[in-house]
Order: sequence, then structure tokens, then C-alpha cells
Amino acid sequence: MTALAALLTRDLRLAVRVGGGALIGILFFTLLVTVVPFAVGPDLPLLGRLGPGMLWLGALLASLLALDRLLAMDHEDGTLDLIFTARVPLELAIATKALAHWLTTGLPLVVAAPLLGLLLNLDPKATGAVAVTLLAGTPALTFIGLIGAALTVALRRGGLLLAILVLPLTVPVLIFGVAASNAAIVGPVPFGTPFTVLCALTLMSVVIGPLAAAIALRQGLE
Amino acid sequence: MSVIELANPSRFLALSGRALPWLAAATVLAFVVGIIQISFAPDDYQQGATVKIMFIHVPAAWLSIFGWLLMSTAALGTLVWRHPLADVAAKAAAPIGSAFTLMCLVTGSLWGRPMWGTYWVWDARLTSVLVLFLMYLGVLALWRTIEDPTQAARAAAVLTLVGAINVPIIKFSVDWWNTLHQPASVLRLGGSTIHPAILVPLIVMAIAFTLLFLTLHLAAMRNEIMRRRVRSMMMLQAAASSES
Repeated sequence: MTALAALLTRDLRLAVRVGGGALIGILFFTLLVTVVPFAVGPDLPLLGRLGPGMLWLGALLASLLALDRLLAMDHEDGTLDLIFTARVPLELAIATKALAHWLTTGLPLVVAAPLLGLLLNLDPKATGAVAVTLLAGTPALTFIGLIGAALTVALRRGGLLLAILVLPLTVPVLIFGVAASNAAIVGPVPFGTPFTVLCALTLMSVVIGPLAAAIALRQGLE
Repeated sequence: MSVIELANPSRFLALSGRALPWLAAATVLAFVVGIIQISFAPDDYQQGATVKIMFIHVPAAWLSIFGWLLMSTAALGTLVWRHPLADVAAKAAAPIGSAFTLMCLVTGSLWGRPMWGTYWVWDARLTSVLVLFLMYLGVLALWRTIEDPTQAARAAAVLTLVGAINVPIIKFSVDWWNTLHQPASVLRLGGSTIHPAILVPLIVMAIAFTLLFLTLHLAAMRNEIMRRRVRSMMMLQAAASSES
């Protein structure tokens, strides 16, 4: 347990210090949302209608962009080999790494979403719904992305391939995330229905992600 | 003859070499029977002659799933038993499966143009097949990116199995999304029972296309084994020439 806690604090520290790039994702997210009105026009009602979808798309792309930092840097400097030989199960160790990654890249997106919702003409209720669904859904993105990160960790230019592998798997998360946000705003489905499925997807990916990623890492490092 | 004995590539080559002509002949026979039956099949009262597209479309849709199932089985063979032929089987199935998935999409939109008036609608089934196609391309991309064939096989196996878990989830969520976004689809196969005059040739064509898939797959596996032999021979040659 202490080993995992140490790993968590180490990853958090590394992320917020120089070269960690924890805030690059949130900057990208902000830019993406800023660009949307240029693409679809500054029509406020239209932006309000597209808002939840745009915020979710932005969060999805921003977390994809950050994924190649999840394992690649530790692979380069040999930390991954140490984790590999540690007494802690590999699955738990990389789950901890994914948790640290989500705390530094996913959680800031959730915090930023209400502010950006303001720019997209979302009313408070809609903003709250988007923030809550992002809070429930972004861990799924990170943990699904963990599989892709593990598969491409040994490749020098794995970034684009990683996105290609992970994006189709995130379709359900996107569907239920946006559906829950929209359900809170216009209905007709109650908010709880898609939101519960979204939580289920997150829980499932928290289980499957580390397992599959550990298999991939073991196979790759042999 | 057990699966383990088949792990010897030479034995597999000999055995598959004997089976391949028979399989190919069965494929041709099934296609001849199927096409004769189709030419006697009546036009649909609503769809007209376009119903004939279904004789390609439905088998292609079935094989797009079958291809992934085959890859998943092979992936288990790779990860659990380290069976060398499983690697080859998985690699050979990916392009064939993706080709049938593309065929399903193309014939579907060609059928949709006269029937629905548009090449593409975001119908639940169309969308989930499109996502499946993209996942096939992802597996192909992974195969092409990792140089070492054994490592590529293991990475692709993990991705295939994760995909196999996700395909039903994607299907379910797209169905859900679709019913939320637009009214029930234009066409429901399950709603109307299919008349035997159409159903029988459809089944024959499905068998014919499945045989075609298996033939192509076996041939592709043989090619892949030979390609690997050429690769290792070239590496041996390069090593020998650098020593001398």
C-alpha cells in the first residue's frame, strides 16, 4: 500500500513540475472550445445546443493527447522496468499510474468545463450536468487509454497510433456522456438512466484497462 | 491430429496444401448454386431488383463479425498457449475481415441510395459496423507498426480481445443513441418474416461466402508462413554475409 502511495505522489509531483505538462491538456481543451465558435459561427442558441457535445469532444481529444505521457516517459528512463520487477502487482501499479494521470489531466478538465460552458452559452443547469458527467466519464477515457498506451509504449512514434486504437473504444463513453448531459437539459430521458450506464462503463474500464494493459506490457517487455 | 501437432508449420503447410483445392472447389460450387438460385429468386414487391444486393450484403455483415470472432479465438491461442500458428491465423484474418466489413458498408449504402434516398444515415446498425471497420483498421495499423512479428502478434491479440469485449458494448450504446436521436429506423429485418424464395438463396450465399472466407484465410496463412520463412532466410543470409 505504501509503495502504491509513493508511486502516486511521485507521479503527481512529476506531473506538476517542469517537464510534466499537466496543464497542457487543459490549455488544449480551452483552445479547442475557443475555436468552436469560429467554425460554427457565434450564434448563441446554436452554441448552447452544441455546447455539451463540444465540451465532451474537447475533453475526449485533450485526454487522448495526454495519453502518450502516461507510460512512455517511464519506459524511456527505465522506471517501468523497476515497476515491473517490484513486488506490487503490475496491474495495481499501472492502475495507480493511471489514477495519478487522471488527477493531473482529467480532473482539471472537469474543473475547467463550467468556465468554458459559460463561453458556450450553457445555462447553470446544463453546465452542472456536463461537469458531473465529465467527472464520471473522464476516468473511463484514461483507463481505456491505458490499454492503448501500454500497447504502443515501445514504439517511438506511437502517439497517432494510440489515438487510432483508443478512439473507437471510447464511443460508448462519449455517447452516454453527451446523452446524460442532454437528458439533464432537454430530456425526455431522465438524467439517471444514461448517467448510471456511464458510471457502469467507467467502473468496467477501471477493471479491464489495468488488466489488459498489464498483459500488453508483460508481453511487450519479454 | 491434435492442435499441438499442427504447430509444426511444415506439417500445417502440407495438410493445408491438400485441403485448399477441395475448399476452393466447394466455394466455387456453393457460389454456382447460390447464383443460379438468385437468378430464379423473385424481386421484392417493394425493393424491386435491389433486394439482390442483400445476397452480398447480409453474408458480408455476418463475415465481418465472424472475422473478429476468428481473430479473438486466435488471440486466445496467442496469449494463452503461445501457439505460433495462432499468430499467423490472426494476422491473416485481419485484412480479410476488414475487406468484408468494407463490402458490407459499401453494398449497404448502394442499397440505401434507391431505398432510403441517401447513401448514408446514422442508423444504429450502419454506425456500429462503421466503428467495427475502424477497429479492424486499428488492428491492421498495429500489425504494420510493430516490426517484430511475435511482439506484433501479442499486441494485436490484446487489442483484439479488448475489442471483442467492446464490440457488444458499442453495439448496445449505438442502438441506445440511435433510438434517442431519431425515430425508429426505416427498415427492420426482424419485423417482416423473409419468404423462403429469398431466404434459401440467402443461406446458400452465406455458406458460399463463408467458404470463400475460409479459403482466402487458409491461403493467406500459407502465404504468411512462407513470408516468414523468406524473412528468416534473408536474415540468415545477411548474418552470413556480414561474417565472411
